[in-house]
Amino acid sequence: MRHIISILIENEAGALSRVAGLFSARGYNIESLTVAPTEDPSLSRMTILTWGSDEVLEQINKQLNKLVDVVKVVDLSEAAHVERELMLIKVRATGKDREEMKRMADIFRGRIIDVTESTYVIELTGASSKLDSFIAGLDAGLILETVRTGVCGIGRGDRILKV
Amino acid sequence: MISGAEIVIRCLQEEKVDCVFGYPGGSVLHIYDALFKQDEVKHVLVRHEQAAVHAADAYSRSSQKVGVALVTSGPGVTNTVTGIATAYMDSIPMVVLCGQVPTQYIGQDAFQECDTVGITRPCVKHNFLVKDVKDLAITIKKAFHIAATGRPGPVVVDIPKDITAQMCDFDYPKTIQMRSYNPVVKGHLGQIKKAVQVLQEAKRPIIYTGGGVILSDAADKLTQLARKLDFPVTNTLMGLGGYPATDRQFVGMLGMHGTFEANNAMHYADVILAVGARFDDRVIGNPEHFSGEKRRVIHIDIDPSSISKRVKVDVPIVGNVADVLDEMLKLLDGGFKADPEVSDWWKQIDAWRGRNSLAYRQSNHIMPQYVVEKLYEVTGGDAFITSDVGQHQMFAAQYYKFDKPRRWINSGGLGTMGVGLPYGMGVLMANPNAQVACVTGEGSIQMCIQEMSTCKQYGLPVKIINLNNGMLGMVRQWQEMFYSKRYSQSYVTSLPDFVKLAEAYGHVGMRIEKPEDVEPALRKAFTEHKDDLVFMDFIIDPGANVFPMVAAGKGLTEMILAEDL
Repeated sequence: MRHIISILIENEAGALSRVAGLFSARGYNIESLTVAPTEDPSLSRMTILTWGSDEVLEQINKQLNKLVDVVKVVDLSEAAHVERELMLIKVRATGKDREEMKRMADIFRGRIIDVTESTYVIELTGASSKLDSFIAGLDAGLILETVRTGVCGIGRGDRILKV
Repeated sequence: MISGAEIVIRCLQEEKVDCVFGYPGGSVLHIYDALFKQDEVKHVLVRHEQAAVHAADAYSRSSQKVGVALVTSGPGVTNTVTGIATAYMDSIPMVVLCGQVPTQYIGQDAFQECDTVGITRPCVKHNFLVKDVKDLAITIKKAFHIAATGRPGPVVVDIPKDITAQMCDFDYPKTIQMRSYNPVVKGHLGQIKKAVQVLQEAKRPIIYTGGGVILSDAADKLTQLARKLDFPVTNTLMGLGGYPATDRQFVGMLGMHGTFEANNAMHYADVILAVGARFDDRVIGNPEHFSGEKRRVIHIDIDPSSISKRVKVDVPIVGNVADVLDEMLKLLDGGFKADPEVSDWWKQIDAWRGRNSLAYRQSNHIMPQYVVEKLYEVTGGDAFITSDVGQHQMFAAQYYKFDKPRRWINSGGLGTMGVGLPYGMGVLMANPNAQVACVTGEGSIQMCIQEMSTCKQYGLPVKIINLNNGMLGMVRQWQEMFYSKRYSQSYVTSLPDFVKLAEAYGHVGMRIEKPEDVEPALRKAFTEHKDDLVFMDFIIDPGANVFPMVAAGKGLTEMILAEDL
């Protein structure tokens, strides 16, 4: 099962490697990991996309809580939440493809944020599956470069992760 | 204002640390200078940093205090890694203070630089790099707090040399609050009530206890509880001494080399009360085989991640063992009536006991089991026994009947050869007048044998019981049983003359070759040579094996007994 784990962690040097080290040492999967300071600069918020059985997820949750720097751990996917991922994709935009790229960006509600004679950089935000479909919808030969942030997510409504 | 180095020493004084094990070097020279100028904190100069950490570890295991080691940067730190990992696996509270190259040199591949925080991260409870002298005292406070609370463990504090030279006001906080670290102490009362209910319904109960009982100093409470319930008790290797081994209710150690009665009782129990134990692979054997029996499991542990990790638990109780047992005893004060079928269970257990699975064959040579039995007699069962890793460790665990906690000092989790002698040093520093025997083998003892020199310098009269069969016995046993007797590299030739070696270090050496000489030699060592380190080289039967044995991958009840061969 796919899970999105949100972690509040002390914003100390090495905090990221403690989490990453835990996942590699115990053989857990990391599909994606994002991290940045929160509105309180002494805290970082990390979002990890992982998968595993219920038993594995129970252990991931417990092991993360055991890390001394970790303040809180929540499995966002246990309840209502929204998740987003940002992608920047550089595509060849020449001849008839130039117009096609523009159209595709519009259909997916992306924005073209850099333009040259032969390329576009398109910014696209959404659930990971939307980004996947966008890539699938393009002629693979026209994709020059992609970069994705990995998933970040937040609980809906009153579900708040705070110290 | 005082220097960072003085702050380090003042912190140790504030923590009432009376003894530090260490080895000086460039990055810790300021600290050693500060150490020189005071008397409160003693220092034991080891011969290899690995031994400093092992000794600090045993200091902690044999007392209720946090062990402390002090080493220099680079190789000083890398030499400690085995010791830190050993303590981590057995949840031993310890603080390791490491020198580091000056802050401005970090990352420049400086002389004796290594990434201490990176190298030790996977084998510590937590570690710190001190970046500002103003943070030094609070960091050391946090280190002691983290090491000793919750599930204990080693904490490393990496201190760059320039920090130890800088001046700062000293203010040691009395208490510490960390928003990210708040270990649970009390167990959930509802769960404890549920556990008592399950115990009441048990027809074939067993109390299975581990190192957590020792670490939380709950042996007395466990004994009270067990007596009240009148259920059989088994201990893991780490839990020996948590319940008196000479008591009628004790069925022996369980696991790979557990007794026939302990392993059967564990397997066929309908209710397991697990206390500070973690169902590890050496304890339950093949997990599929183990889960073949229907049973209910109550599990008390301070670490939630130990619960339902390897065996599904029905009544989890997260909390400090001593506190939870207290609550349980209070609930039982109203009276406990066990199910009448428990008496049939006891009959079954006594039948298993009747197999006498620790009986061993007689020989013209000295049998290692016999040496341990005599050691038990000669020391009145009251010695601290350290051991290394291998057959001798199992013989010590099986045949020395530990009635008290913190007397059995061994590397259970990591299984580190070479710990025995430095463990003896740590025990003696914490318990100066105690009888201490290191039950070891000619393979293990050579891994830290240089510490005989440290023992001479500080007058540490460890009795080294070397069960010498000229083989890496446990490796040889597996090769004999599972590799068609292809003894690949398990034969040790060119052994030193241990008697002369002991004498060269300034100690007493004895070689014992006949069974009838075993007891007199031991008596002599513990009376006439009470204050000497005595290296007793017992030339034992080279074919002696450890039984019962649950082979790797086999179920707990699929034991090989000595009588089967």
